[in-house]
Amino acid sequence: MSRGLSLRKGAAGARILGFGDYRPRRIVTNDEISQRVDTTDEWIRTRVGISERRFAGDDESVVDMSVAAAGKALATSGVLAQDIDTVIVATCSAPAPIPGLAPEVAHRLAISAPGAFDLNAACAGFCYGLSAAADAIRSGSARYALVIGAEKLTDWTDQDDRGTCIIFGDGAGAAVVAASDTPGVGPVVWGSDGEKSRAISVAGRSSFMTMDGRAVYRWATTQLADSAHRACELAGVDIGEIDVFVPHQANLRIVDSMLRTMKFKDDVAVARDIVYSGNTSSASIPLALTAMIERGEAKTGDTALLLGFGAGLTYAGQVIICP
Amino acid sequence: MATTEEIQSGLAEILEEVAGVLPADATPEKSFTEDLDVDSLSMVEIATAVEDKFGVAIPDDELANIRTVGDAISFIEKNQS
Repeated sequence: MSRGLSLRKGAAGARILGFGDYRPRRIVTNDEISQRVDTTDEWIRTRVGISERRFAGDDESVVDMSVAAAGKALATSGVLAQDIDTVIVATCSAPAPIPGLAPEVAHRLAISAPGAFDLNAACAGFCYGLSAAADAIRSGSARYALVIGAEKLTDWTDQDDRGTCIIFGDGAGAAVVAASDTPGVGPVVWGSDGEKSRAISVAGRSSFMTMDGRAVYRWATTQLADSAHRACELAGVDIGEIDVFVPHQANLRIVDSMLRTMKFKDDVAVARDIVYSGNTSSASIPLALTAMIERGEAKTGDTALLLGFGAGLTYAGQVIICP
Repeated sequence: MATTEEIQSGLAEILEEVAGVLPADATPEKSFTEDLDVDSLSMVEIATAVEDKFGVAIPDDELANIRTVGDAISFIEKNQS
């Protein structure tokens, strides 16, 4: 038998200390979109649930937005940049595949030589990143991690394609995750269905995103409830005790359908940030939760169920304790 | 096995619940999208409800071929177990 190696001693658990967000300056209304493609404000509101979204400008790159959201999360959590040892940027809309964005984001935040990498699990990316960070902390690879979900989807969206241009927007959200004796990030339930890899895709470097909305809608509304229940069970929380539900903001009708099939308590606070942000893929969950915390809808100590799902197809969900 | 009449009335109930279509309007010749203003995502909800109610499976590619209320009725008739 070959020799075994020694391992680091990790923390008992991980906990989120603070969230931050960045919303691009430019607000794009449904009326503005309906001047370009054949649609109406009423149609978009009733069929998708979006009233407005943000489009990032030239000086609001994925890195710029990541830095802004992460800076706010650091300030909120009271953690110093120099204490961060791991930076994860979940994104599927980087301007180029090389280099990854996380090292530059860390450099601009004056974080010195952290472990830094990008992660592409599309709209489930933030939940994947949060799980990777929490597991790194539990194994001793990290003590303080920044998890960022950031997207500039407008770079990859055909603004003349009515099927996608009304839906997607830009933005970034971030969380500071730290070692803790009292676990505040529950076990992840994740998975994928690569048979549906073409349901949402960009065919090549000069192509725009295409989406089979019907296939994605059906998958999301019929296949994910069990995983959400399982994430609660693994965290030792009954789904009826969950205080805050933050599903990926893909379409308000998916959110409403999930509410009908999952057995939440009547006064559960539900993220509906899509109304103001559109679908921002990996950024949608931290954007929505930051806003809910700022409005007092998600309070310190609340249990929140996060559920990301999207291109891949991928999904991931976990229960967290709100900072 | 549901009869054609039972399928038609069961489908009309689903259409009313999911898309607010009046039962009197849910006649076989009506097109879901053109006549009844049912969009593609509502079609998915209708398909899911039909699967539960009649014990049939409607794959996505089959769903794309169901254009009228009559198409749905004959699909259910052919595939119900």
